[in-house]
Amino acid sequence: MLEKAFKGSKSYWVWLIALLAVIGVGFGFYLRQLSFGLGVTGMSRDVSWGFYIAQFTFLVGVAASAVMLVIPYYLHDYKKFGKITVLGEFLAVSSVIMCLLFIIADLGQPMRLFNVLIHPTPHSMLFWDMIVLNGYLLLNIVIGWNVLEAERNDVPPPQWVKPLIYLSIPWAISIHTVTAFLYCGLPGRGFWLTAILAPRFLASAFAAGPAFLILLAFIVRKFAKYDAGREQIQTLAKIVTYGAIANIFFFLCEVFVALYSQIPEHTAHLQYLFFGLHGHGVLVPWMWTSIFLMMAAIILLIIPAARRNEAVLGVACVAIFVGIWIDKGLGMISGGFIPNPLHHVREYVPTVPEIMITIAVYATGFLILTILYKVVVGVKQEIGE
Amino acid sequence: MDDTRRSFLKFAGISALGLGGVSTLAGLLPAPAGGAQGTSEPYLKQSKEALTAGRWGMVVDTRKLTPRLCEKMIAACNKAHNVPELENKRHIIKWIWTDSFEHVFPMKDDEYLADRLHDLPILALCNQCNNPPCVQACPTKATFQREDGIVMMDFHRCIGCRFCMAACPYGSRSFNFRDPRPFIKKENPDFPTRMKGVVEKCNFCAERLAEGKMPACVEVSEGALVFGDLEDENSEIRQVLRENYAILRKQSLGTNPSVYYII
Repeated sequence: MLEKAFKGSKSYWVWLIALLAVIGVGFGFYLRQLSFGLGVTGMSRDVSWGFYIAQFTFLVGVAASAVMLVIPYYLHDYKKFGKITVLGEFLAVSSVIMCLLFIIADLGQPMRLFNVLIHPTPHSMLFWDMIVLNGYLLLNIVIGWNVLEAERNDVPPPQWVKPLIYLSIPWAISIHTVTAFLYCGLPGRGFWLTAILAPRFLASAFAAGPAFLILLAFIVRKFAKYDAGREQIQTLAKIVTYGAIANIFFFLCEVFVALYSQIPEHTAHLQYLFFGLHGHGVLVPWMWTSIFLMMAAIILLIIPAARRNEAVLGVACVAIFVGIWIDKGLGMISGGFIPNPLHHVREYVPTVPEIMITIAVYATGFLILTILYKVVVGVKQEIGE
Repeated sequence: MDDTRRSFLKFAGISALGLGGVSTLAGLLPAPAGGAQGTSEPYLKQSKEALTAGRWGMVVDTRKLTPRLCEKMIAACNKAHNVPELENKRHIIKWIWTDSFEHVFPMKDDEYLADRLHDLPILALCNQCNNPPCVQACPTKATFQREDGIVMMDFHRCIGCRFCMAACPYGSRSFNFRDPRPFIKKENPDFPTRMKGVVEKCNFCAERLAEGKMPACVEVSEGALVFGDLEDENSEIRQVLRENYAILRKQSLGTNPSVYYII
């Protein structure tokens, strides 16, 4: 099936070459980081995780959201999702690869990466994160590829794929749960020390992931002339709506507990993010933008007439995606480190090399996504769907 | 020092064997009688004069702290451990440092705090927690707890993921954001320098204890620091703790620090 990725229009190749160029530039910056050290980033001994880990966290969510297609299609027998389930699975594949690349980009000694395997340490959440992420990557490649191939040959998928599909459902939940456990199990970080972190991560994932998939469906329809289907997109829109509302609800629960209990260790971080602390507040406009985008999108999505209008739906999906990206990709990680354990406010701003490396990782993800989607669309058009 | 280094190398060698799962096999073989040489179990060769304890602990007597004394203790530590002096604030490495009371004890800040404590520099260092969250978080066991309670770093195993830094509730860990070697004023050949990309922190001078010496900061502390075995009820540190009320940093988190502060 891979041969389908080698035959494409001029714009397809231009797009791939453009992505490769971005990757090349970012890789140059990465070589600089490799030789100098992580000092080229904006991270410090106070904010010891930054942009990379934040993108990792956000993308684990995008990856996990594939389950929102798998559940209706395979458990509820919602046949219409047959057109797009594999798109969701391949989005998961490219997202997990980006996650792994972000982890590697964040390591001080990346050549020692395999120490995690050589010295397996089950009491470290990072050990489990490695297992669930790699497992999820493998599951989605195997499932997506086999189901697509069976579709192409007009035969049912092999029997052994079915149990893997069922396994992939709890597995998807596990990747974002374990990712939340990286943070919420740490004793001195009041911002993350909350049992609702994993549910909140999942809710935001089930909003941002399908929102992104809707946008991808629009793009595929325009550039590859493959229609994921109006009803399919509308069903996804409802999933986005529920996810976004649950996310805001969980967030408000968080705000209530912190602000009503008034325990400083918990309120200080929210105060820093939304109002600034001791005169520092570089993220304040971002956080309010995030809230505004998510609220506005929810209003648009709740109104049936607005949701059914695909132009409005597109705007709402962009708002959801950007809003949640700010929340998880900017605020969630550095917000947990500011103020630091000694209650000093030391801010964090990513540097140019850090941003360039980040963009290159995203470009790598898009490259993989483009190739996989090219295969899917090629197969779907071949069988006349 | 040579002894510790040699046994460390041996330990590292055995760890390397573990690569192919060989160590598991070796563990099944009977150990040759009479000597640790050639057995599969890593061990730490003790020198005769080594100081040992059930659980090492420290008391910081803040009543005896002065800015000059703190500087002296910090300088002694930095010199002993090749701690670099970096100009960029983001890259700074700290093993032992001073901060104000409200920052060392953020949960005990109080509007009507005694005047004396407002201006007093308080020493902060790794608490050598008896229940260390950093050890729990480390995915490679590069940070580990010895039987005598000291939480150590294996600079050669650390992958630089900085999970331990997120886990530490005391901000006691530093990361080498760049090669620290050009910033070491005068290199002490008896202690390893670090490379970029690994985490480091106070080690309670494990390398000095192995040679029968007190920690570098304690040695120059003029009695402001008391160091000893918390599990030995006849030790000086236990005597001091019996006679004085001492507090711990963020005790409510359950990390069980081994550094006490007399206020």
